[in-house]
Amino acid sequence: MTTLTIDKAGPTRKTKYGSMSRDRAWALRWSYFFLVIFAVFFLTPPIYMLITSLKTSAEISAATNPWWVFHPTLENYIGLLTSNQFLRFFWNSAIVSIFVVSITMLISVPAAFALSRMRFWGSTVLGTGVFLTYLIPETLLFIPLFKMFAVIGDVTGIQLINRWYVLLIIYPTLTVPFCTWIMIGYFASIPKELDEAALIDGASWFQTLTRIFIPVALPGLIAATIFAFTVSWAQFLYPLVFTTSTDQLVMPVGIITTLIKGDVFNWGQIMTGALLGAAPPLIIYAFLMDYYIAGLTAGATKG
Amino acid sequence: MAEVNLRKVIKRYDEVEAVRGIDLDIADHEFVVLVGPSGCGKSTTLRMIAGLEDISGGDILIGGDVVNDVPPKDRDIAMVFQNYALYPHMTVAENMSFGLRLKRYPKAEIKSRIDEAARMLDIVELVDRKPKQLSGGQRQRVAMGRAIVRNPKVFLFDEPLSNLDAKLRVQMRIEIKKVHQKVRTTTVYVTHDQVEAMTLADRVVVMNHGRIEQIGTPTELYHHPATRFVASFIGSPAMNFIPCQLEDAAGKPQVRISDKIAFPLPAARAARYQKIPRTDKLLLGIRPEHITEASAHSEPGVESFDAVLDVTEPMGMETLIYFTLQGAQVCGRVNPNAGAQDGAPLRLAVDLNNMHLLNEVTGAVL
Repeated sequence: MTTLTIDKAGPTRKTKYGSMSRDRAWALRWSYFFLVIFAVFFLTPPIYMLITSLKTSAEISAATNPWWVFHPTLENYIGLLTSNQFLRFFWNSAIVSIFVVSITMLISVPAAFALSRMRFWGSTVLGTGVFLTYLIPETLLFIPLFKMFAVIGDVTGIQLINRWYVLLIIYPTLTVPFCTWIMIGYFASIPKELDEAALIDGASWFQTLTRIFIPVALPGLIAATIFAFTVSWAQFLYPLVFTTSTDQLVMPVGIITTLIKGDVFNWGQIMTGALLGAAPPLIIYAFLMDYYIAGLTAGATKG
Repeated sequence: MAEVNLRKVIKRYDEVEAVRGIDLDIADHEFVVLVGPSGCGKSTTLRMIAGLEDISGGDILIGGDVVNDVPPKDRDIAMVFQNYALYPHMTVAENMSFGLRLKRYPKAEIKSRIDEAARMLDIVELVDRKPKQLSGGQRQRVAMGRAIVRNPKVFLFDEPLSNLDAKLRVQMRIEIKKVHQKVRTTTVYVTHDQVEAMTLADRVVVMNHGRIEQIGTPTELYHHPATRFVASFIGSPAMNFIPCQLEDAAGKPQVRISDKIAFPLPAARAARYQKIPRTDKLLLGIRPEHITEASAHSEPGVESFDAVLDVTEPMGMETLIYFTLQGAQVCGRVNPNAGAQDGAPLRLAVDLNNMHLLNEVTGAVL
């Protein structure tokens, strides 16, 4: 009798699983459909860049199929990588980004710790204020900032305009608020008892930050670092406005200003420069992707 | 090791007084449990002793020194939190040694202290693991280990067993008691579970609405509660309170419960309640274990009466019975073989030698 019931139950259950997997299969098919559309949409430009970077100027302007390389050449790459100017841009970008990331982290991590943990008068307002500053677009800010630096130059004699290090002052206005905000969210997800335990164990605020909070919030820290790096690596408007001499330029601006001569566009080298410029963030993302996602979501749910 | 003294300690949050001027003296080596419903101020009191909350008034003394403005790290205390609060990126050994390393203890000393604590708590094989790899009970042991290695003047426990399941809680309760017997450190323990309070404490402090209701040994609180709150909070199932009045019948005082039911008082009780005005509205307080099935032979002070049971709860070793008397639900504990059934009448006996009389208005035990 018992065996009979089990036999009966068997197939019914199977059909149930079957319908579930059918639902799942359809969901997967739709996901793939949209993912493919997005992949095509977002990967086409870089592929076009890659194809173009492998062509000679003659082939680019020739009326052939633009999606195929008939005479591949590395001359654009060789030209750029042996050009002192381009290497200078690359070097400037690297220095600026590394400094900006360091400055941002040195400011926003302690700021986030203070805003999320040391309850002091006005800390909530200040926290919101920090985020609001991030919402002001740079297109509104660059003229007053330019004026400010000009005045500072006139009054103190410290020349900031047209110097690469002016970017070290300007970029943090973009990176610090956002990174502080990410870190506030991340620190807020650390249970209060943890710093209380550290406090009782004899840790100072600074030790609590360096020995408990930073290691525990490492994914968030990495997310913030990647963000700061991307922003300072890809920033275009500020360096375009504040730096003009070729030895002071960072890469995004350098490529545009030196490879476009009047109305002559050196498309091959522009594309090559853009590809080479996109490489460092890409490599960093590839290595730290998991941390980046973990960091952003943790900040999102708890912040 | 040291005594802890609280003198008129007050905690105010804006307009609300969470702790309303409490006095408490905790002796050296003593295990004191603060117990009460949520929001009674017990955790706040503990956190004030720890230095995690500022005090709004009064003094806190540890080892005879006023520590009102001393930061937590200089109070020489260790605290065990409800959610363990282990540092997730450190191993068990690193967690336990964190405080010692901050104080720059020599490495050999740290190692020997960790070994000793790990042996005491039976976590020797866990010292290289991360908290994530431990079960709840193991984490709680590590949290205790972290407190023990510091060898502080005072241990503070903030509801340490609330996150554990019932079985583990009983086990860890015994573990905590064992540890205290070994290290004899003055301990303040906060819980909302009166069973934990009764089983662990040398003395229990019952708190309610930011005030101390009563301080006493577990037995004192159980048998001689000072107020209705303590009487109902300590003991499970809780004490029954039945509306009643005192009256004199033929010169002998008796408690009148209803038109039909009145119990003559035992001699000792009669003398004690002599001066109570006969018009006062009173409550008869009686614990469930003193309401049992009536036995064939009568004992002095044990009076029998009839009741119709509403609900019975067979527990195995006993059966809990519930019936209504003067609008109050009354619980009794009878022998599982007494034949108690839902909706059926049963002859019961109440042991008035263990009765309490309470003033219905003030809630004071008379």
